[in-house]
Amino acid sequence: MSDEPLSLELKPKLAPKTKLRLDPKTGKYILLYPEKGLLLNPTGAAILKLCTGEQTLSAIIATLSLEFQSDTEKVQAEVVAFVQGLLDRGLVQAEP
Amino acid sequence: MSDARPSDEDRLYTLIDELTYLCPLRCVYCSNPTDLAAHPDRLQTADWLRVFREASELGALQLNLSGGEPLLRKDLEELVEGASALDFYTNLITSGLPLTRERLVRLRDAGLSSVQVSLQDTIASESDRIAGRESFQHKLEVARWVKELGLPLTLNIVLHRQNLSRVAEMIALAEQLGADRLELANTQYLAWALLNRGALLPSQAQLDEAREVARAARERLKGKIELLFVLPDYYSDRPKACMSGWGKRYLLVSPDGLALPCHLAHTLPGLSFDNVQQRSLSDIWQHSSAFAAFRGEAWMPEPCQSCERRAIDFGGCRCQAFHLTGDAAATDPACGLSPKHDLIVQARAAAQEQLIPLSLRYREIRR
Repeated sequence: MSDEPLSLELKPKLAPKTKLRLDPKTGKYILLYPEKGLLLNPTGAAILKLCTGEQTLSAIIATLSLEFQSDTEKVQAEVVAFVQGLLDRGLVQAEP
Repeated sequence: MSDARPSDEDRLYTLIDELTYLCPLRCVYCSNPTDLAAHPDRLQTADWLRVFREASELGALQLNLSGGEPLLRKDLEELVEGASALDFYTNLITSGLPLTRERLVRLRDAGLSSVQVSLQDTIASESDRIAGRESFQHKLEVARWVKELGLPLTLNIVLHRQNLSRVAEMIALAEQLGADRLELANTQYLAWALLNRGALLPSQAQLDEAREVARAARERLKGKIELLFVLPDYYSDRPKACMSGWGKRYLLVSPDGLALPCHLAHTLPGLSFDNVQQRSLSDIWQHSSAFAAFRGEAWMPEPCQSCERRAIDFGGCRCQAFHLTGDAAATDPACGLSPKHDLIVQARAAAQEQLIPLSLRYREIRR
């Protein structure tokens, strides 16, 4: 994996080994994978719901900026860092 | 011992179903209890489905179908379907025997989330020798089917002195098979592995070398294969956080229906385990005396009681404490602070010197 910044044209997609579901005990979304789970905050959950492999990172950032009525640059920094972290852990995959 | 109820932090996440202790393999480090014949398959399909439902209501999200060999259950498809209907992440933990591609298709279609296949080595004859029967080629075939059918694949290889030198080959094989996850887990020296400890425990040098190979590969494979290298607690000087704490995250059900805090809890004396045929899982989780016995910190002896790591490792493994010291409430001797740590130091010392291969004792059903 290179250390170059993520291209915003990538279309991120949840890895096949993951399962995103609501945890009824906490009311939060959780990303399940073998033996483990990653409890998500509302932003993380909103990002991952859009990681279907159909939208580019740019489109995801635009959607979330509208949804959270937040500055695009701020959203971009947050989304890129979050997606990069999950790419490194093999929980998200990205096709150009 | 204590009578601790679950605290706010205790939350069942994972239900482990040991559907049967029967298995076509006879691995010399099997983690099933050595008196496995005393725990025959007693639960019917409907019992298991009720256990799944009750676990889901308690909050469990992960479900491991394990054994023995879960494929020996003829109702496995039905069980996977039931787990899937409850939205579990359903993981099949298997030797790959006996399995046809057609059955794997049915299991996938029933909603299986992921498959973990065990290998014993990367050399067929060695893998078969440790497993106690010819199985390696079929396992490779199963691993290929898993990927062909679009299921996530974990390869699990238990490490010991007789295969640790092949960690690089194990990683290459995982890459070649397209595994999503490779679990290189050093043997836990309990049950059958404890009987064979002299023949399995590696030397420090072997371990250091293998760990370095795994570390470098983990970096290289980042984002492609999740590579786990689990150290043996005999070499870590701090005990493992066994089951993330007793009665905290996991509940295991044995083939005869006992609800257990871990795989070998029923080998500990003086505890009374409830059967899921008699009590609900929720009642057991909340009130079972066996779950209460080592929950929390009240039961802990010194040096655990005043140790700053007590909420990290929970005093280690209760089964290891009992099987090495005769006292289930002792500090795990794997801990450098344990008054019985000498037991570990001596086993380690023997492992540095041992040159002659010792004979292995295979898992067997003794009635």
